[in-house]
Formats: sequence, C-alpha cells, structure tokens
Amino acid sequence: MGILKTFVLGGVHPEENKLSAGVAIQELAVPEQVAVPFGQNLGAPSKPVVKRGEKVKAGQLIAEASSFISANVHSPVSGTIFKIDNVVDASGYRRPCFIIKVEGNDWDEGIDLTEKLITKEDYTPQEIIEKVKKAGIVGMGGATFPTHVKLMVPPGKTAEYLIINGVECEPYLTSDHRLMLEKGDEILVGIRLLMIALGVEKAMIGIENNKPDALKHLTTLAEKYKGISVHALKVKYPQGGEKQLIKALLNREVPSGKLPVEVGCVVQNVGTVFAVYEAVQKNKPLIDRVVTVTGKGVKAPSNFKVRIGTPVKDLIEAAGGLPESTGKILNGGPMMGKALLNPDVPIVKGSSGILILENKMASRPTENPCIRCSKCTNVCPMGLEPYLLSRLARTSHFAEAEKEKVMDCIECGSCQYTCPADIPLLDYLRLGKAKVGEIIRKRN
Amino acid sequence: MNKMLTVSGSPHIHGDESTKKIMLGVVYAMIPAMLVSIYFFGLNAVRVLLLSALACLLFEWAIQKYILKGPLTIKDGSALVTGVLLAFNVPSNLPSWMVIIGALVAIGIAKMSFGGLGKNVFNPALVARVFLLISFPVAMTTWPIPKVLPANLADTITGATPLGYIKEGLRAGHTIPQMMPHLPTYMQELMGQMGGSMGEVSAIAIILGGAFLLWKKIITWEIPVSILVTVFLFSGLLWFINPMRYADPFFQLLTGGLMLGAFFMATDMVTSPMTRNGKLIFGFGIGLLTILIRVWGAYPEGVSFAILLMNAVVPLINRGFKPRRFGKKPGVVTVSK
Repeated sequence: MGILKTFVLGGVHPEENKLSAGVAIQELAVPEQVAVPFGQNLGAPSKPVVKRGEKVKAGQLIAEASSFISANVHSPVSGTIFKIDNVVDASGYRRPCFIIKVEGNDWDEGIDLTEKLITKEDYTPQEIIEKVKKAGIVGMGGATFPTHVKLMVPPGKTAEYLIINGVECEPYLTSDHRLMLEKGDEILVGIRLLMIALGVEKAMIGIENNKPDALKHLTTLAEKYKGISVHALKVKYPQGGEKQLIKALLNREVPSGKLPVEVGCVVQNVGTVFAVYEAVQKNKPLIDRVVTVTGKGVKAPSNFKVRIGTPVKDLIEAAGGLPESTGKILNGGPMMGKALLNPDVPIVKGSSGILILENKMASRPTENPCIRCSKCTNVCPMGLEPYLLSRLARTSHFAEAEKEKVMDCIECGSCQYTCPADIPLLDYLRLGKAKVGEIIRKRN
Repeated sequence: MNKMLTVSGSPHIHGDESTKKIMLGVVYAMIPAMLVSIYFFGLNAVRVLLLSALACLLFEWAIQKYILKGPLTIKDGSALVTGVLLAFNVPSNLPSWMVIIGALVAIGIAKMSFGGLGKNVFNPALVARVFLLISFPVAMTTWPIPKVLPANLADTITGATPLGYIKEGLRAGHTIPQMMPHLPTYMQELMGQMGGSMGEVSAIAIILGGAFLLWKKIITWEIPVSILVTVFLFSGLLWFINPMRYADPFFQLLTGGLMLGAFFMATDMVTSPMTRNGKLIFGFGIGLLTILIRVWGAYPEGVSFAILLMNAVVPLINRGFKPRRFGKKPGVVTVSK
C-alpha cells in the first residue's frame, strides 16, 4: 500500500479506543415501551397521523414529513399509542414523542423480514427516491438530514461521485465498522441503488486504515460491482466530516457555505446505505439501527441492533450495567457526542453510539490564559482561527466573527481537544455560530 | 440507575497538552546551553542562572499575591522560562543586583503590567536584556572569555565579542580579512569558545535544544528557519559585494545571539504570529533587521532589537496573514454525461 490518502488542513489523532470492534452485532430484545420523537431529523418536525389509544403495527407510518426538508416516522414496534407527550430525547431537547406500549409482534404489510439478499436493480431513480422518502431515512452518521432530499440533485448541479462514508473517525464507536463487516453485501447493493437514484457512474467508499478487515471485505465484494471502489485512508480526525472526506478522496474542496454537490459529490454514511437497501429491497422503513455501547468502565462493550425509541438504559443494562464510576453518558462519540441528562432518554435515528465516561474524565479542567501557541489554528480542519473566533464571540464582536468565517466551523472539537490552556473554545464558537446565524437570518 | 451525570458541550476528551508541559519542555530544551554556560563560565553562570530564575519566580508570585490579588500561576512554569532566558541573555559576570533588576523588569514591566501570561506584547527576557544594556552599558558588554573548568572557578578575564571586535575594527579602518585571524574559528564559535552572553555562545547546544523543541512540537520550523535563511542570504549578498567590509554569512550565523534568538527568543509563543505565513514574515523581518543593525547600526549586536521590533508588529501580522481557509480550492467538476 502506497501513501494513504487523507485531508490536508489540520486534524488530530485521539486515542482510538475501539473496544467493541471485535464484538458482533446482537439484536436487543424489544422493550416494553418505546418513546419515539416526531422530530428526529434536521429540518421541520414531522406531523403525527395517529392518535392516542390507536393500535399500531411495527413499520406503520405514525408521523409524516411536514415539508420538503422533513422525514416520515414509523412505529418501531407493534402496540398501542399510550400517550403523546413531551420527552427529552438524546438530542437534549424536549420534543413531542409517541409513547407506545408494546403488544405482540405484528408487522405492517409488505415488509420482508428475511435475511435473503436481494440484488434487483431495475428501478427508476424516482422509484428509489420515493421509497427512501417513504421509509423516513435520515443521515445516520448523526446529522439526521433527510436522505431523499440529498438524492435530489438541485437543478443546474451535477452529481459525479457518490461518496460512502465508512470512516468512523470518532474514537470508541464501532457500529459502522461492524455493519460493513456483517452487512457488506447489503451495503454494496444499497450503493448501487443510490448510484441509480443519483445517476452517477462512480462510487467511492472511504474507510480509515484502522479497519483493515472491513477494507479487505468490502474491496473483495466491490469487485463484483461496476464503478465502486474502496479506499484506505490514514487515520485522522475529523475525516468523517463530509468536506474532509471529499478532500481526502478527490482533493476537491467544497466552498464555504456550499453543499458537496457543488463539487459533484453526494456523501452517504454506511448506516444510511444499509437503511436504503432495506427500504428499497425489503420495504422496511427506518425503525431500528446499530448502536455501539462502550466505555472504559463498561463490562461488555457491544454493538446492538435496537428499535428506535428504546431507552438508553436498556442498552447499558445489556452491556453489563452502568458502572459505579460513571460520570457522563454520551449520545455519540467523545469528540462530537452530546451529554445525556439521564439514561432514560430514547435512542433516535441519529444515535450511533452510547459512550460512558468515567468520573475522572467527566469534568473539565480549569481554564488557563491563552498562551497564543497557535495549536488550535494548526489543527482546525477548516483553516479557521479558533483562538480569535472564541475571543470575538466572548466579547460579542459577531460581525467580525462572521468575516472570520465562524459559520464554516464544523464543530469537530479538534481545537478544544488540543488547547494546552484548556480553554472551552468550541463553546464560544457555538455561541458565535448561533449569534451570527441569527444575524444572517434577520438580514435575509 | 439514577446517578448525578455531568452535562457539558463536546468535545469530551482532551489531548495531553498543557501549558505547564510546554513550559517545562522549554526548560528541558535549555539544559544543553545551561551546561555549556557552566562549563565555560563556571560558578558565576550558576549564580546568574539561579538568581535570575528565583527572582523571576519571586516577582511573579509577589505581584500576583500583593498587587493583582489574583490567582497564583507560578506553577505554570512560564516565569521559570523567563528566568533562565534572562540569564542566557546577560554576561556571566553581571553583578547580582543588576540580575535582580533585570528580573523585575522582565516580570513586572514586560509581563505583569500587560496582564500576565499570554497578554504581553514583547518578549519579557528581551525587554529586560535591552533595559539592562541601555542602563548599564559597561556591565552588559564586559564579556568574560570562556575558559574551561576548573581553572576559572572564580575569576575570568574579559574581552570583546566577535561582533564587537569587528565593529570596532571597521571603525578603526581595518578590513575583515585583516581581523579574521584574531577571531575565534568557526569550530570555536560553534562550540561556544567566544565572548558573549552566557547562554548564546554555543550554537551547537542551542541547536540541540531547538531540535528537542521541534521534536516535541513546542515550536515549528517556520520562525527559526526563516530567520537563519534570511540572515544567511542577506549577509551573504553583502559579503559577496564587498568581502573587505562585510563579514561572511557563516560568521554572522554563528556569532552573537542569533542562534539563541532564532530558536528560543523569537519562537516565544505569546509574542510571535499565529499562522505559518505570518511566522515566515516575522522571521524574515527579524533576519533582515538583525543584519541591518549589525552592519549599519550603532550597536554591534542586533538580534534583541530585531525581535522586539518584530514583536511590535505581530498584531498587524496576525491581521494580515490568515490561515488558508478550507474551500479555496474547489477543484474542477467534470461532467461525465
């Protein structure tokens, strides 16, 4: 293997800690009750189509997309809508939720629950996009952007490459890794379907070099398909960021404020690709996903296939229980994950992992004065100056922060991870982004 | 399963960098030059090193405790770095009370009056060096000739630095080739057998420390390399034009405080630019000013002045030289259908 591809600007390499990489995906038992938020996607929340007391089957539509950038929600279980209530979900926000009491195991009609691989390809792009839309698929890497919207290339733009994100650059997380190993065939069929939907001839799968088994497996499988290539990438965070991945694979840079399609690319995460396969070939809506449960104090770090709406505590219980030393529970990885208020919150479409951090890692060290070491600037993958942006945000100089491109920040956290003075740089950058976003919205 | 959980924004892990680690790294990097100064200048070097370091720590502690009444930060190691650097920048026979005044200027005026660590515009040790040079010109330019232990445990004879020697010589009408036989050889200059401030004499010890700083990623290559390359090229050009009047570029690289300045003084994080291009310009400016001052200025040595002058324009450099933003190189989209 020659020199591994990677992105150029910045980046860090935290300890990988992929504790659950060798553990096969296990199906978690359906809980007694699930809580399914309507608004699991980026964009407008969905609109409920069932009422309290109604009986629902697994896979039945319970809330529909309310606008262009919105996604359907399906019942992950069969049972009764017990109530519709506001619940804090894994995103940390209080959102309207269906609380469903599980009864029996009835499935909506037409859903194929067998493991049989279906490789049928004679679909029109519209048919595929329609099925993806119907199935309520959103970006499963965590951003939860409705997938069907990404498949509709805006007029005047051309998609040339489908980029498949198998990077999983977040430390600890292994759900994409396991999926690539165990559902490789399905993922490749899913990629073919997405290529048809987008009308592209070429697809590239990017996988970091710390997953040699997945690289080898998918490379072998990809030989059977035309136009799909697999690429080993040097391990560097945040390579799973869309812009960084495109840069690594094609040396193209998505311009500031633009989407990947600007440089002819559409990026999809491997988890999303698997969901597309299930939606198109099996008529199965997005009602379950693979979630890594991990952490240094966790007895049995695992990868579970769980229904959406399952309480996080059920997953933790299945991985050996909440360790005594627990200080923080994260939805996602240690670099970009969100800290949970309690373990009762439900798993959502965007939950790729539950990471349990020990007490000693939970609290932040005290902030020291900036020594202007420029390490934050050196590691920023977007070429920004976090020391400057955080100071501008702290002192409410938002117009200047906008000029200094605060909106380009992808919130990867590399700056704060590196800062020797332990300054909470990303907190201030988020503040700057929120305020500048407000200013931009008012202006337009 | 109900526990008190910590909730905070991402990222939730931190690398192993810390201010203290960086400062201690700089102290470790100064060990070779410290050993060389003790080897050449004897117990006097130990006296100045200890005095300067202790005085800097004491002043930082006292100012924070009794004047600023804020948090005490002497444990972060920055005052220790300033203390050792100040010692490196003075002759080993400088009277103790002058060393203490230097420490007060470095910590009290150059660092604390700007707001403490991270806020100062000028390199504290250099401010102190220049303050001492202007206030006590004789004491600050009376250089002990480095000898070897144990002959010089107490006393040393004094002489001029190579730069001072040629400055005087040129004024008296001598040419460079006439003076060269009376100066230390390149090898002696490399090892440190010449007059000068106690930490600046040995290029080899400083390069060793500099290599450690680069290896530990405490400094980056841009500033030292741009300074040394600029000095080499600019002095080389002058030497090429008139070798009678201008010293050769190797002489310029190996004498005075150039190496110490390039690796330890100009690279001070607080007072140097934040981006690669900014650092290159900063180093270029220091190299240029150093030779201008050495050749045409009133003082034989120009590194300290050059660094301080460039320190003053760092905020401007930071405004003018931004990092390369992502998205500037879109790449061509070839339409395949």
